[in-house]
Amino acid sequence: MNENKNIEGAGVSPASFSAASPSITTEKVRTDPGALHVEKAPNSESPQNSEEASRRVFLERLSIILGTMGALGLAAPAVGFIFAPLSERAPRIWRKVGKVSGFKVGTTVPVRFEDATPLRWAGVTANTAAWLRRVDEERFIAFAINCSHLGCPVRWLPDADLFLCPCHGGVYYSNGAVAAGPPPCPLTRYPVRVKNGDVEIQTRPLPFAT
Amino acid sequence: MLKRFSKRVWSWLDTRIGFTDMIKPVAEHLVPRDARWWYVFGSATLTAFVIQVFTGVALAFSYVPSAAHAYATLQFISNQAVFGRFMRALHYYGASAMVLMVGLHMAQVFLFGSYKYPRELNWVSGSLLLLFTLVMGFTGQLLRWDQTGVWSVVVAAAQAARVPIIGHWLARFTLGGDTVGGATLSRFFAIHVFVMPALLFAFIALHLVLVLRHGISEPPNPGLRPDPKTYQRQYEELMKKTGVPFWPDAAWRDVVFSAIMIAGIVGMALVFGPPALGKPPDPSIIAADPRPDWYLLWYFAVLALLPHGTEHWFMVLAPLAVGFLLILLPLVFPRGERSPRRRPWAVGLVLMVVLMIGTLWRQGEVSPWSPNFDVKPLPAQVVGTAGGPIAQGARLFYEKGCINCHLIAGHGGRRGPDLTNVGSRLSRNEIILRISNGGINMPAFAGTMTPEEMNQLADFLLSRKVGVTSQHLTIP
Repeated sequence: MNENKNIEGAGVSPASFSAASPSITTEKVRTDPGALHVEKAPNSESPQNSEEASRRVFLERLSIILGTMGALGLAAPAVGFIFAPLSERAPRIWRKVGKVSGFKVGTTVPVRFEDATPLRWAGVTANTAAWLRRVDEERFIAFAINCSHLGCPVRWLPDADLFLCPCHGGVYYSNGAVAAGPPPCPLTRYPVRVKNGDVEIQTRPLPFAT
Repeated sequence: MLKRFSKRVWSWLDTRIGFTDMIKPVAEHLVPRDARWWYVFGSATLTAFVIQVFTGVALAFSYVPSAAHAYATLQFISNQAVFGRFMRALHYYGASAMVLMVGLHMAQVFLFGSYKYPRELNWVSGSLLLLFTLVMGFTGQLLRWDQTGVWSVVVAAAQAARVPIIGHWLARFTLGGDTVGGATLSRFFAIHVFVMPALLFAFIALHLVLVLRHGISEPPNPGLRPDPKTYQRQYEELMKKTGVPFWPDAAWRDVVFSAIMIAGIVGMALVFGPPALGKPPDPSIIAADPRPDWYLLWYFAVLALLPHGTEHWFMVLAPLAVGFLLILLPLVFPRGERSPRRRPWAVGLVLMVVLMIGTLWRQGEVSPWSPNFDVKPLPAQVVGTAGGPIAQGARLFYEKGCINCHLIAGHGGRRGPDLTNVGSRLSRNEIILRISNGGINMPAFAGTMTPEEMNQLADFLLSRKVGVTSQHLTIP
């Protein structure tokens, strides 16, 4: 493998870059190729010094084990910290989105509510919107605004009775069923209820097709 | 006197730093004499990266990676900070240059067969650098943290969610929780500013060490098929015979090309400024039109144009397959002909990739699949009459959303067929059948239109005939 190693060490050929180690080492490689694995410690060549050799093996292992343990010991909590959001489940909270009387039967309007557990530095990113459809006197449907294709916000065209997605042209009917385009499934619905004259929507994770 | 003193200072430093011993031989290592202008793209990529580091660090002096405040700091940097606009623009065009140069560098290395023995790992490390560069591009766009930034995260999470089994975890990991919120931006900030740069530095170092170890590949000669057994010795002999020191005999071209590139970046930054800041990052503002920056716009087009049913597989497998093939390439074809003159398939592949990305990119620019939301009712001169069923039909064409996806005399969207002359193509029955039943990319309107409305719309569409659609289009 090392047949073209440049002995001069500091030569100008590119291959010598890798071989630019101290010249003692290079000498050893040249005179005794079998001693490659111990080249880092010149003294180790004296075979009578077996105590020294076993001490070296011990120290080598000690360093590797301690180093690995230290690295793993520090990496574990760091990785855990980064991946923590995977295990935390946000609670589901009912959010008021308006008075029942504020919604006309047969209309679909955008409503805004706050995420379940917004961080104090979330600002406007804590907001979520939904399309709320008042089906009749009692029933409401709350559609996620997210297109089931890739999550873009769909828009409601009231006269056409359609939801249109601006990203890749997905289309849904007024009941959220796919009308056209790439979406693989209907618009997701949020649980919705009427309580004390208020329409409430229950928070959910962002809906994604899987 | 002064000269002697400075010489002594230099010698003191040199003994300790080892410039003459270590750095000079590296800078002056021998490179092929005929490696000329084709070889400047790698160093240009590095130059672009250095620009990114400097402008990025500068921007970080003002940027606040908080979901609530990042947008305000972007506004501050763009509108108030001295040189703020310029810094943002430099960082944007620097990123664009880096993506472009990575692509050119890769194409050159591929065409010259430089990825072959013994430089396989140069290619593999370079492929990873391409990946890191694209991740930087994507995360960088997010850090603008306007409306498009937020929706880009959502789109990324939606794609991650398609991965089997662990998809939902990946999506949660991307968002930093259930939804876009306070945790989201910080994650992308850490990735863009710490994780990816660290990886880039490490792999650039590895890439350069490998370049030095194996030398710059000699331009290929048709018919010469380097043999791994003898290649390295031959290369060294060639260098001893005809090689020139990298510095300055070859490096001047790198410097000249990089200088031109920098001038281009500065020029673009001064003329065009940074990309405009969109609406605030409020996920409840529904009127959004998210688009990736130009270097990912072609992939946005791919996702729109995939045949039905394939996207599920494609979204997950295609990026993996591309990465896999890139890494596999030098391992499967480590030897053989290097010259592009004898490798028509290689040349064809590069042309195909360029054409494909170019076409998709153009499609992404136009995005004909996106409904046009900025439409107005058809003007009277296009409709041709102000009353009667035809005018009623034209009104329905607007109200029922037809115009969002169909063009008539240049008005409307481009999702579906142009209906300017549909009256010459289809009969009343055919028209009503299509409107009622829809198609793969068209909703069915049978449930939302009365028979009377359907007839009015058909009347209008039947009146769209060659030569009568508008005065401007009348054929003599």
